[in-house]
Amino acid sequence: MSGTLAEKVWDAHVVRRAEGEPDLLYIDLHLIHEVTSPQAFEGLRLAGRPVRRTDLTLATEDHNVPTTPGPITDPVSKVQVETLRRNCEQFGVRLYPMGDIEQGIVHVVGPQLGLTQPGMTVVCGDSHTSTHGAFGALAFGIGTSEVEHVLATQALPLRPFRTMAINVRGQLAEGVTAKDVILAVIARIGTGGGQGYVLEYRGDAIEALSMEARMTICNMSIEAGARAGMIAPDETTFAYLEGRPHAPKGADWDAAVAYWRSLRTDDDAVFDAEVDIDASALTPFVTWGTNPGQGLPLGESVPDPESFADESDRLSAANALAYMGLEPGTRLRDIKVDTVFLGSCTNGRIEDLRAAAAVVKGRRIAPGIRMLVVPGSAKVRRQAETEGLDRVFTDAGAEWRLPGCSMCLGMNPDILSPGERCASTSNRNFEGRQGKGGRTHLVSPIVAAATALRGTLSSPADLNADALQEA
Amino acid sequence: MDKFETHTGVGVPLRRGNVDTDQIIPAVYLKRVTRTGFEDGLFAAWRADPSFVLNNPVYAAGSVLVAGPDFGTGSSREHAVWALMDYGFRVVISSRFADIFRGNSGKGGLVAAVVSQDNVELLWKYLENHPGAQITVDLVARTVTAGDIVAPFEIDDYTRWRLLEGLDDIGLTLRHESDVAHFERGRPSFKPVTFLG
Repeated sequence: MSGTLAEKVWDAHVVRRAEGEPDLLYIDLHLIHEVTSPQAFEGLRLAGRPVRRTDLTLATEDHNVPTTPGPITDPVSKVQVETLRRNCEQFGVRLYPMGDIEQGIVHVVGPQLGLTQPGMTVVCGDSHTSTHGAFGALAFGIGTSEVEHVLATQALPLRPFRTMAINVRGQLAEGVTAKDVILAVIARIGTGGGQGYVLEYRGDAIEALSMEARMTICNMSIEAGARAGMIAPDETTFAYLEGRPHAPKGADWDAAVAYWRSLRTDDDAVFDAEVDIDASALTPFVTWGTNPGQGLPLGESVPDPESFADESDRLSAANALAYMGLEPGTRLRDIKVDTVFLGSCTNGRIEDLRAAAAVVKGRRIAPGIRMLVVPGSAKVRRQAETEGLDRVFTDAGAEWRLPGCSMCLGMNPDILSPGERCASTSNRNFEGRQGKGGRTHLVSPIVAAATALRGTLSSPADLNADALQEA
Repeated sequence: MDKFETHTGVGVPLRRGNVDTDQIIPAVYLKRVTRTGFEDGLFAAWRADPSFVLNNPVYAAGSVLVAGPDFGTGSSREHAVWALMDYGFRVVISSRFADIFRGNSGKGGLVAAVVSQDNVELLWKYLENHPGAQITVDLVARTVTAGDIVAPFEIDDYTRWRLLEGLDDIGLTLRHESDVAHFERGRPSFKPVTFLG
């Protein structure tokens, strides 16, 4: 029978299927961190249950960790991290703590170790687990009860989801990135458009992307309301994986690749829904509002709430503009920012840092602007330093930080002050997400870099225009 | 999870509708790393009021909460169920529960018994006239009994079965442990492990 990629991976993991009951699905990899795991371990302790497969479980510290040297000072964060360490030791789970060369944001660490592979089921108590779908894995976020469930049983009872194809065809123009693609997708289908679906990103524009760019796209599937996002594995995927510490070796490698090649949606398979995006028409995208669907091309202006047909959209836009301190009609390019954040599980990988560094190289960030550059993992940080990217950023006046979730989510010392405006490469522009009263514009790494240099929302093309004008 | 067939305990009349989960346990109590000990957060704001029902010593051993309609609305936090159970409640009676709360109750082992509002009113009057009186909740017969009042209650068959058998979600999956083990034996050798040999 023909099927979609998501259905094939699902079917390959059904432990038990019974009429009227959810399927019991086997979980290949369970990633954990300090915030959503404490009560899960406590539940195991209370019930006297062990972790069934410590060898399929991996922990890292990311949400709470400070990105400046020194210990955690916030007492609540400290307790969460210490609790994770105690739990991992007691239950025999491998943990990469702060300061370890393998430590980093959980969704950067899994792929970089080669642990995330095509056709796997991957879960984590974090909604951005969808990132791992870039490898053709079925990867989704779960709640604390489910974390406990997977720790105890290595399986989860799940109701099947529907499938949606996101067909991105054509060639992306120079200066248009994966981040712009996913922001455009979310603006098109809305923050609830993916509800109940696994999205499969397809088409030549997706096939042309690197693994890291694919991760950026799958990462934000959750911002479209989807349970997961996936991309079929191909030569790019295999090349990325080959030689990584946990990738298969020798005969296992050959067997794995043979299987991975079968992981694609059959030509006659039918999706429950399809969306077509013309890649060649896309330009750099930024958000103006307080949900990730409130985005527009950088060349446009802040919309008038009255221009929305739907009553709830009108209300939501009006509330967003009030919170963001924006007036309808203001050109997005005229919006001045205070802070630029480059990092997160969306855009904290080496390619993101390289792209941004290429923009700022030999230049200085605008006076009064604070720019934080936060590598997604210790390995990314080390790689960047080997390439001299740290010097490029610090010479430009930016801060070069230690790896962690940082300013993505206001759970550690990196936060915005009330009213402070930030161009951020992260994934959520909710009210208060980056700190109480903070104002977030979601952007790509190169838009973040150009914005830091000019002080207003900008693309690298604006820098070239400036240079021409001066000449 | 303990099996639940019948339970007899002190009934607590909570004459309020739309009890949302922020009232059941405010967000400030969610930073904990433990799975127990949430009883101090239960109805924390209301307990500051000396006249609040749970501040009456006669209800100190309360285990059956009789509340107004739309109990458990708002945030999906599982801590709301944990707080009620940590405090000692085994059953909440209401004419209507929020969906997520009802689902979380089933997972946690708390019986969410749907009783008609007319019968809730009768129970409230009875408990107020006989402070500290006991209520018997029979999950087998699906009845609530207090004094002369015998009221039927609704609960979905699947949740009822799980509560009667004492099966939490994990317990249910562990019943199929042999299926999991069988599946594991068939996993390809190229699948990765987190420990490097």
